[in-house]
Amino acid sequence: MSSSSAALATAGTAPRVPLTKKALTADHPTWCPGCGDFAVLASYYRVLEKLQYPHENIVTLAGIGCSSRFPYFVNTHGVHYIHGRSLPFAAGVSLGRDDVHVFVFGGDGDGFSIGGNHLVHTGRKNVNLTYVIMDNFVYGLTKKQTSPTSPIGFKSKTDPTGSIDQPINPMQTLVNSGATFVARSHAGQVNHMTEMMERAARHEGFSVVEILSECVEFYEGAFDAAVPRKGGQFRTIELRKNDGTPEDALRHDPSDEVAAFRLASEPWPGVFGVFYESNRPTKNKLEAGLIAKAREKTKSASDLEVLQATFRRMR
Amino acid sequence: MVLPATTPTPGASPESAKERRAVNDVVIRLAGNSQDGIQTIGGFLARLAGRSDQEVMTYMTIPSTISGGPSIFQVRMGNGDILSSGDQADVLVAFYQHSYESHINSLRPGGVLIYDSDHVAPNPEDRRFRAIGIPITGATVEAVGGSSKDKGKNLFVLGLLARIFSLDVAKIGGLISERFGGKSEDIVRNAMLAFDAGYATPADNLHDCLYQFEAPAVSGGRPQITTDGNLALTYGLIAAGVRHGAGYPITPWTTVMETLRSELGKYGGIFVQAEDELAAAGYALGFAYSGHLAVTGSSGPGLSLKMEALGWAVMAEMPLIVINVQRGGPSTGLPTNVEQSDLMQAIYGSHGDAPRVVLAPKDVEDCFYVALEAGRIARKYSTPVLILTDQALATRIEAFDEPDLAKLMVDPKPDLSPRGADFEPYPLDKITRHAPPGASIATGKYPSVSGLEHDELGHPTGNPALHMKMTAKRREKIKALGASLPVPEVFGDPEGDVLIVGWGSTWGPIREAVGQLRAVGTRVGQIHLRNLHPLPPSLEEIFARFKKVLVVEMNDEGLYGFGQLATLLRARYSLPSIGSLTKTDGLTFRISEIVNGVLQRLGRAGTDGGYAKPSRI
Repeated sequence: MSSSSAALATAGTAPRVPLTKKALTADHPTWCPGCGDFAVLASYYRVLEKLQYPHENIVTLAGIGCSSRFPYFVNTHGVHYIHGRSLPFAAGVSLGRDDVHVFVFGGDGDGFSIGGNHLVHTGRKNVNLTYVIMDNFVYGLTKKQTSPTSPIGFKSKTDPTGSIDQPINPMQTLVNSGATFVARSHAGQVNHMTEMMERAARHEGFSVVEILSECVEFYEGAFDAAVPRKGGQFRTIELRKNDGTPEDALRHDPSDEVAAFRLASEPWPGVFGVFYESNRPTKNKLEAGLIAKAREKTKSASDLEVLQATFRRMR
Repeated sequence: MVLPATTPTPGASPESAKERRAVNDVVIRLAGNSQDGIQTIGGFLARLAGRSDQEVMTYMTIPSTISGGPSIFQVRMGNGDILSSGDQADVLVAFYQHSYESHINSLRPGGVLIYDSDHVAPNPEDRRFRAIGIPITGATVEAVGGSSKDKGKNLFVLGLLARIFSLDVAKIGGLISERFGGKSEDIVRNAMLAFDAGYATPADNLHDCLYQFEAPAVSGGRPQITTDGNLALTYGLIAAGVRHGAGYPITPWTTVMETLRSELGKYGGIFVQAEDELAAAGYALGFAYSGHLAVTGSSGPGLSLKMEALGWAVMAEMPLIVINVQRGGPSTGLPTNVEQSDLMQAIYGSHGDAPRVVLAPKDVEDCFYVALEAGRIARKYSTPVLILTDQALATRIEAFDEPDLAKLMVDPKPDLSPRGADFEPYPLDKITRHAPPGASIATGKYPSVSGLEHDELGHPTGNPALHMKMTAKRREKIKALGASLPVPEVFGDPEGDVLIVGWGSTWGPIREAVGQLRAVGTRVGQIHLRNLHPLPPSLEEIFARFKKVLVVEMNDEGLYGFGQLATLLRARYSLPSIGSLTKTDGLTFRISEIVNGVLQRLGRAGTDGGYAKPSRI
């Protein structure tokens, strides 16, 4: 997402009351105690407090799933849309209104299964919005079925003897799709997660953060391998500084798709941080360019004049 | 042609010495293959009629293959009300043997058969018609020369028709250079060479088949425009304030989305080609949520894919226009034929109790105005509105008075005004007024727009009492719309034997049928429903004035013997007098089919003999 209209906030006439966590808090979350999603919500408040967008210009959107209850817990303009289709809806909001900031929240089922097609195409179109996928490797709202990210062997109600289907690799899928900001974090690492979400929000284009967010009810301990206090390892990606030092060559260049793809192939639990970032033009910009060209041709005639001219040609 | 065919008309035609017979209206059927450019000359004839203040209507079939296959274009042009493209042709132009064989029986007895003698050998025994063989292919190649082969024979035929019907050559020349002017000069020159060659066909080849249209009765105050249903609908949407939308290609809806994609930019808008139908509905609802009047559309199967989103739009009470250009179904069905079999889908085809608005335009002109009405209703009642048009309306060309755009254009601006402390997204006692992002809320409490059942503030709730109240709220606003609608006008007899009820593109053939039926002494009226859901008031009183009510529609009689609208009307009014006349051959109603259907139900003999009139030329 761009910060282009953040400038509008400061340029406004009346000084605004700063946007606080208190003003952003809405209904109490209905998630189970211990759910990873609470931390994601807390990070979102912190990001919004930092960015200080005008309150009425923030939109929080979701599809269906435990995580997709998100909009009810945030006091912004909110939309609870249908399963898997939150991205095209959000893209409509983003393209329809360049002055609003669009955040979409959802789970692995929403993003990689029923909405998989939309993930790829929103990436390809590079629509300016931020998408946070709270990935718990299981269907929680419907009480423990296999998800597209469940590992092989995962026992669920739809795979009582263990899942047999190869799981999606989210980072590889996202890099492939054309998303222009792709990052990965963990709900147990609040500072890292907040940093990733803030970078995603400031990015102009389709920015996606996958957050491993544990379902304590149906897949307890799923992400322990990345939790240091449980004996795991939280390895972060060191980004290239372009400082000319020999050790810098070993750091990750986020504009390198092939390197990002290779990083995404690291064995479980993999690495965390920014996998990929590029500044390919957004659909928002490209559409604005088409409009400018069309208006140049019509010499900025009024809507009425343009339509009247069209009807004259049909005489 | 409806006037006596023997009035001599002296005119300034090339045959001023010869007799030209006056005609009032004429049906010309051009039959060839899809790559022959038949649609192009059909379009020229239609636009010429429009520019000459004549009435015009066209009918075409296109194969659903990419290139090749038989294709026809039928033009009916003339004076007076042209309501249908005509049951039978007065003139048949056959480009190939298969065109001749497939269409010779659609020519009226006594009509004129013009055939390409390079490709067609008509049956010499068949003396029902006046047959004129012209080496169309050879003469075109000769006229144009070069390597263009027989490309341009469509324009040769246009020249020939211009000669036969004494059409305005200067106006046609203007149309040709407008059509091809953007291309190279060669193309315009070759087109004119082919046209001139057709026009110069020696008079002795044309026997006594030379005609002159009578002068149009009165020229209307406004200039006429000539266009097809999909374009009229598209520009109606723009006039209604639509600047945003999304779709996915499917025949015959596609030309609406293509035109919106290329036009909306001029108005500062965006039309998105989405990855699928579900995404198209999502984009459109995102645009709607962000404060714009938005559109999505499709044809039958695509509408099925949008149904979940439509359920959300009803629950969230989001204004939206949804177009369905109906075609033959189910499934891929008959993609390039016409059917009215999506009515139930439009009204009921979603999950849950999801009342919404369904409208259907009656002709090409109404495609423009129905879009304005859809926009008005969507805004006022904060609801999705479906427009059911069809393949026949989508592709046929008609001429009509240019709309008064200065009066009709609707301001597309989103309402971002601050909402007061009393703002509720879903008040129980008022119609929902959506607050788009950018609108501040005085209480500082921002609304969630939700597909879950919700309370007045948009909070999700499973409270049964509230679900009943909210379900009633969504129902009552649509009922309120129904009560506010105008009572449909009865055409023809205000009371009597049969009331014909129609919807959508059957309006023209029904009206002509009513005229013919009244001429043979039956007392017949017609009402045509533009508002299909909710229905307009007072239908009961109108139905009661007729012994029988016959619902004419292009869909199947179903398991219980009634078409889709007939089923609805029987359920709504519980009247045994409501009957059904349906058909599923993928073609528009012929007038004779309606006339015979009514006569049969009245126990009177309705045979083709009585109602298929001999040629008028």
